[in-house]
Amino acid sequence: MKGRMLLAGFGGQGILFAGKLFTYAGMLEGKNVTNIPEYGPEMRGGTCNCSVIIDEDPIGSPLVLEPDILIAMNLPSLDRFEKSVAPGGKIFIDSTLIDRRTVRDDVDAYYIPATRLASDAGIAKLANVIVVGKVIRETGICSMEIMDKVLEKVVPPTRAQLIAPNKKALEIGYRFV
Amino acid sequence: MADKVLVKGNEALGEAAIAAGCRFFFGYPITPQTELSEYMAKRMPKIGGTFLQAESEIAAINMVLGASSAGARAMTSSSSPGISLKGEGISYIAGSDLPAVIVNIQRGGPGLGGIQPSQSDYFQATKGGGHGDYHLIVLAPNSVQEIVSLTFDAFDLADLYRMPVMILGDGMLGQMMEPVVFPEHSERVLPEKTWATDTTKGLRKKNIINSLYIKPDVLEKINFERYARYAEVEAKEARYEGYLLEDAELVITAYGATSRISRNAVNALRAKGIKAGLLRPITLWPFPKDAYKSAAKTAKAFLTVEMSMGQMIEDVRLAIDCLRPVHFCGRTGGMIPTPGEIEAKAEEIARDF
Repeated sequence: MKGRMLLAGFGGQGILFAGKLFTYAGMLEGKNVTNIPEYGPEMRGGTCNCSVIIDEDPIGSPLVLEPDILIAMNLPSLDRFEKSVAPGGKIFIDSTLIDRRTVRDDVDAYYIPATRLASDAGIAKLANVIVVGKVIRETGICSMEIMDKVLEKVVPPTRAQLIAPNKKALEIGYRFV
Repeated sequence: MADKVLVKGNEALGEAAIAAGCRFFFGYPITPQTELSEYMAKRMPKIGGTFLQAESEIAAINMVLGASSAGARAMTSSSSPGISLKGEGISYIAGSDLPAVIVNIQRGGPGLGGIQPSQSDYFQATKGGGHGDYHLIVLAPNSVQEIVSLTFDAFDLADLYRMPVMILGDGMLGQMMEPVVFPEHSERVLPEKTWATDTTKGLRKKNIINSLYIKPDVLEKINFERYARYAEVEAKEARYEGYLLEDAELVITAYGATSRISRNAVNALRAKGIKAGLLRPITLWPFPKDAYKSAAKTAKAFLTVEMSMGQMIEDVRLAIDCLRPVHFCGRTGGMIPTPGEIEAKAEEIARDF
């Protein structure tokens, strides 16, 4: 499938990292891809979002204004972007941090307590990757198999010990129902 | 062929410059080009090059002048307010007939403006910016892969014509990640730098790099010679990309980031039965006038799309001698036009066809 994705949350949640995972996956599966972040001058806190496009055809504008897939990791992100989701699109919500349902009735919504699942599993900083696993499960935007290669590309060799917990996070998300 | 890698525009530009033989980079941080300086700080020491964070933008551009005088490939980069500071040095480099590459990853202005993408330095890049009779070759990539190829071109064209070349990007291209392949080297054969102030080894007269000519007749002659070279650049180096232009009644024209947004609009307009096409200048100076003249044969109107209050629109009107109406659609201050806004404007224009 092709997809226009918007990933949003606050700085430090790994929004850009999650976006990179999908972008690499698309590239390694031979598709055209673009990835463009939007963030303020601050390193942590503040809002942060990232547009990712995966397409068989050449990509024009890299900005995603009407996402097929929205990942909302905090309430301000859901408030800001849920109206822009394309009809029939999918919204992924971190239900540990967002205590409301979507107001849209023409999209599929998935509520996943990613932040709690991550801390329960002892991988507290990987809520983002848990959501990535869930998105792969529900959208087929890329295969789970390709993620091994993706992690090799994205995680620098000096931090290779981080690959195993990332795989664990992907599995937790993929299996969550 | 080398592997595809996923990189940001700013980093791709840095790596391409190194691959093109740039061994001296003089920078000063400013959003949204900082990743480029940061990349050069990391990479240059590893390959035996020099990265120097100057005390100011003005110092950095004059260091480029110095390194280039000695025959090295040198580059500096900044964003809009920083480029204004470099204006004097750019004029001196042009006046000294030196090659150099200057990167402007534009942000909103005037003044300190903002940190979001913009294209409001078009006039500064193509009409001057510094003082005196001179031009820069201005290259405007619209993808990360094209950032790479145009960076190679920038160094080659600078050496070939002994003039400064500007790569004019914007915050969107600088921050965007796309897969790229890096070529290993350029194919062009370039003239020896017999003018460089490297060592004479006692074998020749010393070379002098200078931009001061007190006698007006001498300065005039040098300016004439330089403009003869500019005429050659205009004749040989203008580049553009056309998309669905053959039968286009409405020619949308845009460079850099806005050309990508416009491409979405062109596709949507075609789906609605409006014969739209896209003319994208790749060189902003020299401006690809002939492409506009030939597009004007089928076009009933032009629409320029810019992240500015409308600057390139003047060159479009000049290129077609105002033979067709030229409309404008733009946002400014760091706002980015949407394909929908462009479509709406285009449909309004096409209603009169």
